[in-house]
Amino acid sequence: MSDAKIRLSLTVNGEPVDVLVDDYKTLLEVVREDLQLAGTKHGCELGECGACAVLVDGTPMLSCLVLAAEIGGRHVTTVEGLARDGRLHPLQEEFADRGAAQCGYCTPGILVTAKALLDHEPTPSRQRIREALSGNLCRCTGYHQIIEAVEAAARTLAGPDGPDRPAGPDGPDGPAS
Amino acid sequence: MSLIGRPRRRVDGRAKVTGQTRFADDLVFPRMLHGKLLRSPHPHARIRGLDTSKAAARPGVHLVLTGEALPITYGILPVSHDEHALCPDVVRFVGDPVAAVIARDEATATDALDDIVVEYDMLRTFASPDDSLAYPEPRIHDYGDEGNIHKIVSLEFGDVDRAIDGADRVFEDVFFFEGNTHLPLEQHACVALKGPDGKLVLYSSTQTPHYVHRALAKALAMPAAHIRVIATPNGGGFGGKSDPFNHEIVAAKAALILDRPVKFCLTREEVFYCHRGRHPVLMRLRTGVTSDGRLTGLDLQTLLDGGAYGSYGVASTFYTGALQTVTYAIPRYRFRGCRVFTNKPPCGPKRGHGTPQARFGQEVQLDKIADALAIDPADLRLNMIAPADSLTANYLRVGTIGLAECITKVVASSGWREKHGTLPHGHGFGLACSSYLSGAGLPINWNDLPHSAVQLKLDRSGGVTAFCGATEIGQGSDDVLVACVAEILGIPPFDVRAVTGDTDLTPVDLGSYSSRVTLMMGNAAIQAAERARDLLADAVAARLEIPAARVTFADRRVFDASDPSRGVTFQEAVCIAEAKVGAIGTTGSYTPPKSPARFKGGGVGPSPTYSYTAAVVEVHVDPDTGWIAVPRVWIAHDIGRALNPTLARGQVEGGVYMGLGEALMEEQAFRRLPAKLSHALVHKFPSILEYKSPTSLDMPEILTEFVEHPDPAGPFGAKEVGQGPLLPIMPAVANAVFDAVGVRIDEVPITPDKILRALAAGASGKPARVGPDAFPEIAWPDALKVTPPWEGGDGRASNPTGAPTGRAVDAGVEAKAALRALRT
Repeated sequence: MSDAKIRLSLTVNGEPVDVLVDDYKTLLEVVREDLQLAGTKHGCELGECGACAVLVDGTPMLSCLVLAAEIGGRHVTTVEGLARDGRLHPLQEEFADRGAAQCGYCTPGILVTAKALLDHEPTPSRQRIREALSGNLCRCTGYHQIIEAVEAAARTLAGPDGPDRPAGPDGPDGPAS
Repeated sequence: MSLIGRPRRRVDGRAKVTGQTRFADDLVFPRMLHGKLLRSPHPHARIRGLDTSKAAARPGVHLVLTGEALPITYGILPVSHDEHALCPDVVRFVGDPVAAVIARDEATATDALDDIVVEYDMLRTFASPDDSLAYPEPRIHDYGDEGNIHKIVSLEFGDVDRAIDGADRVFEDVFFFEGNTHLPLEQHACVALKGPDGKLVLYSSTQTPHYVHRALAKALAMPAAHIRVIATPNGGGFGGKSDPFNHEIVAAKAALILDRPVKFCLTREEVFYCHRGRHPVLMRLRTGVTSDGRLTGLDLQTLLDGGAYGSYGVASTFYTGALQTVTYAIPRYRFRGCRVFTNKPPCGPKRGHGTPQARFGQEVQLDKIADALAIDPADLRLNMIAPADSLTANYLRVGTIGLAECITKVVASSGWREKHGTLPHGHGFGLACSSYLSGAGLPINWNDLPHSAVQLKLDRSGGVTAFCGATEIGQGSDDVLVACVAEILGIPPFDVRAVTGDTDLTPVDLGSYSSRVTLMMGNAAIQAAERARDLLADAVAARLEIPAARVTFADRRVFDASDPSRGVTFQEAVCIAEAKVGAIGTTGSYTPPKSPARFKGGGVGPSPTYSYTAAVVEVHVDPDTGWIAVPRVWIAHDIGRALNPTLARGQVEGGVYMGLGEALMEEQAFRRLPAKLSHALVHKFPSILEYKSPTSLDMPEILTEFVEHPDPAGPFGAKEVGQGPLLPIMPAVANAVFDAVGVRIDEVPITPDKILRALAAGASGKPARVGPDAFPEIAWPDALKVTPPWEGGDGRASNPTGAPTGRAVDAGVEAKAALRALRT
């Protein structure tokens, strides 16, 4: 094992980051260990399960297969970067409301993959959603509630209220009634 | 009710969608070290020598442990404490750990494993149950019923041979269910540390912190009171994280020695080898049937490939035979089960624990019976359903039974009557049913203690904290806990905090297995909440000068039901009560009812109540390629009451998904390495890429329906939903394949090559079937004979020692008479 370190400058969730990391590390390891963004998961570290997906310049990539050294200067988005200004992304709202996250372990990778889909195709068909998520395994849900949540988020994003949809409840049941 | 029965965001939903759920491998502590296990490359060998000196000297290595450091055995069941955290003398499967390295980082620990020199003397490899039955020596373990048979059981409820021989038709079939594994997305991980107080803390992705707590106390010879086990949210469990694991015990030992936090995180390959999953089961069913399609008796034999250790295997063995009589009325029943040790990763509980295999066999055989008797498979089953609130032949007390409604629903929604048996070649519909426990009626460690307990702390803020040992594995147990408490106290779930799965802070709940948590924890939570409600009601009644019975809780208020304007806020009510009686804390407990079974072996199968499921699966089979597509599944589940329909539906769909994986592709199968290598018995495909599981593109449409008749045993009437809906899927696929192309695939997984083989066999005049040919001769012990309730039995064995009886007490009863007795 090499002890060499490299200096890595990139943008993570909209913020510039400058870190010194071991040169052999994957983007997954840098995100989880050096940047302490533990929301991104690992399920196989061989590119088989999709749990480690992050967005690099808006495109989903399996961070376990990417050398961190390769992504200097790029924009990386993790699950921690989906919520903005204290508001969850519509995908997050719908996933939480519609049972799309059971154990939640595959959820971060699926959320960012779905975000990339909706960013490029605001009104995907159900088949397109299934195709876009086919590299992300989920062992809990059977996928249906995930797909429905993506569809619902697409409707929200496209609707008259669009991205300015009122922030969802922070609590499990909404604000105190 | 304001919460129960309404679709609602689960209480931990926000954490999960923001990436803030902290799984075990997400935990980082200052000065934390990392551990790796050196695992045996041989399936069965004696350790002749072990040299760890080079590894210990490697820079960055802090500790090397071997079996000498952990000489005490442990295991999940008291009858099979057969595991060492590190093998001291014999390794029993490829993957059995022999040494551990604790180092500054994972890479250093992994590299140091190569520095350890182990010399092995090879022992005979037992690669299959046939091997284990044929060769009693060398024994894989020095305990068990005989040779390499771990457990062999024989139970007979009434004179089965007479009931079957006296039937109009007798059906005999042999089936095989291949093993498969849980494949949770999260690999097992744990962190052990010595707390500032010097006591041991273990964070682990375990479904059963209470049992890990016990195992640590035993294996480390430490007072349990000085050990704290915290179950981190599991990134999927499905039964695979229900055993105490070697890496947990090694991490704890190392943390105590080094006084530094020690983390283990298994690789995906290690998870495949840890296994504890579905037992491969060969089974033989001999069933007597009247010409109008009623069962007179069932004679079931099962042979389980247990792998290298006991795990839950004794229970698994009984479970292959326990629930046949719960699903359908069977007047007389004999069950013989045999679990053998082999040199493969240990099998254990996977979703459905022991029951899916024999359910597959029985449901496919029923399809054959229906076909032979020209009875609609749905009607056949509708005529076999046991009466509600009755005892089965093997003394299981069933409560509500919604199976008939489940069948009726899926028959209607799928268009079964028009579709089954009528579609063009290549298109088929199949139907199957199941039942499942809502929690095991007996604890693993037999005692009289509650199976679940909940403590509530009511705060002056108006907030409530609910403490329970239950473990959130994704199924939504925290949500059930909070919902039950919030419903009773009339407050929003957001005002309730769940503290769960922490042996220091929470009262014992036995764990997230056997579909027990909703029912048992839910009942305990309701009791605790009702006691808190009563305390508050008394105090508020005194303040309002009204009878306590009129005090109502809703909308975060506590008020007079006769005049809702008179009342106080919930927070004020807590303060009023605290001023009156002191700090407000209550407890609730749940202990299942005693089983009427009084025979040895009757402890596996009892449950407070059972869920029921029916499913119809549509398949398209391409006769040229054998390819099987499943476009649609209709499933109805008798859940008693869906506490949160969003989560309940997710459990059903997840069960259908996992069942389709088992039906069509998932295999925990093994192969020999070439002789010029080691000839070792290894996993065929210990990676997610090669171990096929369904993706989003493979999933059919699913129409889920619930049958909701609240069961008196369940919290707000709820029964289980986590496991039962998986069970009918595999046989429904097999039955649909028969409907589509006329071939019987009497084993799972049902793959295209088997379809083609069966079609080819049929075309050449042989039976159009793929499946096992025979069930081996097994020297079964004399059966424990228990007379069924309707033949005058009292739940006891007439020969409690298993000795043969000269003449069965009911020997003269004819099969049809027995059937009549059951029905009256």
